[in-house]
Amino acid sequence: MTSILQVKGLKTTFFTDEGNIPAVDDIDFHLDEGEILGIVGESGCGKSVTSLSIMGLVPNPPGKITDGSITFQEEDLTKASEKRMREIRGNEISMIFQEPMTSLNPLFTIGNQLIEAVKLHEKVSKQKALHRVIEMLKVVGLPRAEEMVNEYPHQLSGGMRQRVMIAMAFICNPKILIADEPTTALDVTIQAQILHQMKELNRKRNTAVMLITHDLGVVAEVCTRVIVMYCGQIIEQADVNTIFQSPKHPYTIGLLQSVPDIREKRSRLFSIKGNVPKPGSIQKGCRFAGRCEQAHDRCFAEDPPLYKGDGQGHQVRCFLHESIEEAHHVEDTITSP
Amino acid sequence: MSKTLLQVHNLKKHFPIYGGILNKKVGEVKAVDGLTFSVKEGETLSLVGESGCGKSTTGRLIMQLIEPTDGSVIFEDQSLTELSKKQVRLTRERMQMIFQDPYASLNPRHSVQKILEEPLIVHGIGSKEERKQRVKEMLEVVGLSSYHAKRYPHQFSGGQRQRIGIARALMTKPKLIIADEPVSALDVSIQAQVLNLLQDLQKKFQLTYIFIAHDLGVVRHISKSVAVMYLGRIVEIADSETLYNGALHPYTKALLSSVPIPDPTIQKESIPLSGDLPDPSKPPQGCAFHSRCEACMDVCKTQKPTLMEVEKDHYVACHLYEEDKQFNDK
Repeated sequence: MTSILQVKGLKTTFFTDEGNIPAVDDIDFHLDEGEILGIVGESGCGKSVTSLSIMGLVPNPPGKITDGSITFQEEDLTKASEKRMREIRGNEISMIFQEPMTSLNPLFTIGNQLIEAVKLHEKVSKQKALHRVIEMLKVVGLPRAEEMVNEYPHQLSGGMRQRVMIAMAFICNPKILIADEPTTALDVTIQAQILHQMKELNRKRNTAVMLITHDLGVVAEVCTRVIVMYCGQIIEQADVNTIFQSPKHPYTIGLLQSVPDIREKRSRLFSIKGNVPKPGSIQKGCRFAGRCEQAHDRCFAEDPPLYKGDGQGHQVRCFLHESIEEAHHVEDTITSP
Repeated sequence: MSKTLLQVHNLKKHFPIYGGILNKKVGEVKAVDGLTFSVKEGETLSLVGESGCGKSTTGRLIMQLIEPTDGSVIFEDQSLTELSKKQVRLTRERMQMIFQDPYASLNPRHSVQKILEEPLIVHGIGSKEERKQRVKEMLEVVGLSSYHAKRYPHQFSGGQRQRIGIARALMTKPKLIIADEPVSALDVSIQAQVLNLLQDLQKKFQLTYIFIAHDLGVVRHISKSVAVMYLGRIVEIADSETLYNGALHPYTKALLSSVPIPDPTIQKESIPLSGDLPDPSKPPQGCAFHSRCEACMDVCKTQKPTLMEVEKDHYVACHLYEEDKQFNDK
């Protein structure tokens, strides 16, 4: 499978009065065609800033991409002009935000806002655009689409608004969809519907999806590959089955254990001690060391690199798994004559 | 057998809708429409449902923060709905609330000391020194340190703030705590910490909880019994194990299967529930759930089902089981 998006050494820093905060600190990843990549982490881990960096929407000032590259179809988005970015946004890479209440303009009808999205990127008549809008609204499972185009956002429920947002994101047939916590503000029953919808569109249109979420249940349900982030760094990366069946990083293990599972009753939930550190507060060593039960002296002194251990794309940023890396190297030298 | 601490009988809250040129009442939202349940001392009852089902309104009605349209709330053999405002305020010493949003529920201009001692001042408990001592104690109990008393809310993370909110609720040594989505605004790793804390505190102080949540996963670990609400009514109420292992109402079943399972090997293809929650000001005739129900029958469209005991301590409001029941009775 070919990668459609390559992120290399991306660093996004926020320059504030309290100092420079590296919200995203040197991350590498790729997004393959037609896959659903989950980016998981708790608040402040940099998952949203990552997506804003790709879209070129980091608020500047105070934020800025200070290093690295984002390659989309052989084009470096960090160097693209604002005009070029506007062509890409919504057309080739589109985004769904968390708050369906605030991401639609309350003063314009649903039809108006969707037609604008079409006409911005393609030279079509208003009639034709409207036709496509209605069709798209039907695709995302909205009933009475013909009437809905004349309605205002406040007339719709949260789930319906999020569907309108999905329709808007998909209307220009983008190659990549970035969904930033698309179901967090919704009820579970509506969440199930929206996730199903996104999966369907991913399958039918082969759109690559980058799903940003804190909910591991959602990840298990829809994603094919997972990146776990902590304090602006990628700490583990693997395909979804590996992450859930044999997680390696102590943080991933803890996170998985602290999710309440509806299938069994535990008298006590496992919990990771301590709090998520403020971004930029840890200068040296592994950023999870302070909360890690297996931390040793080295964890506080040295930054662990991302070990690319087993050759299956499973990467872990933890000294505990250094040995895997070494063992692998040894094997390499033996097998290669 | 422990005794019943709280009894709610036929509790109703109808909010009027005003409109038109003369601002007359044009309709009403039946936010809570005839709830009956009871909670025993030291137990946890969870109220679960989608947004707009009236679970938070129920919490506020129990606290008498809003006046019920009808029905009664009996707390420790005292009918709260018949008391004067002053008397109600006195009973709040024994019932306290934990709120959802730890960022909005603490006054940013007050130090933690002031936030925590305020309930004591309101109820006239202790001298200044005693209050200070109690604040220190309580901070330790919820897993913070006594030196945190001098700090202000903005210096704490979300999880720590929620601990302060819990400490504040416990200051007056209450018997009943109404927790309105206490963990839904928190991160996963912090959520587990706070849930464990709530469980420890329950054992330590013999607390009774009413736990309001939309997440069935969270609720399972903490509750003795669970009540599922839909558009202002309870559709199913049972012991938590019974409910999770053998839910009867189609809505409860749909709700349970909508919860994402953290296991990628399980593939779910069907969507458990289609459509949105109906407009609460114009609820469907008959059973409020019939518009989204797969097992909908003709009788559901015209007649409201009543909550009845299908198995021991397992109540369901659904016509599917009414027939069974009548059949068995014969």
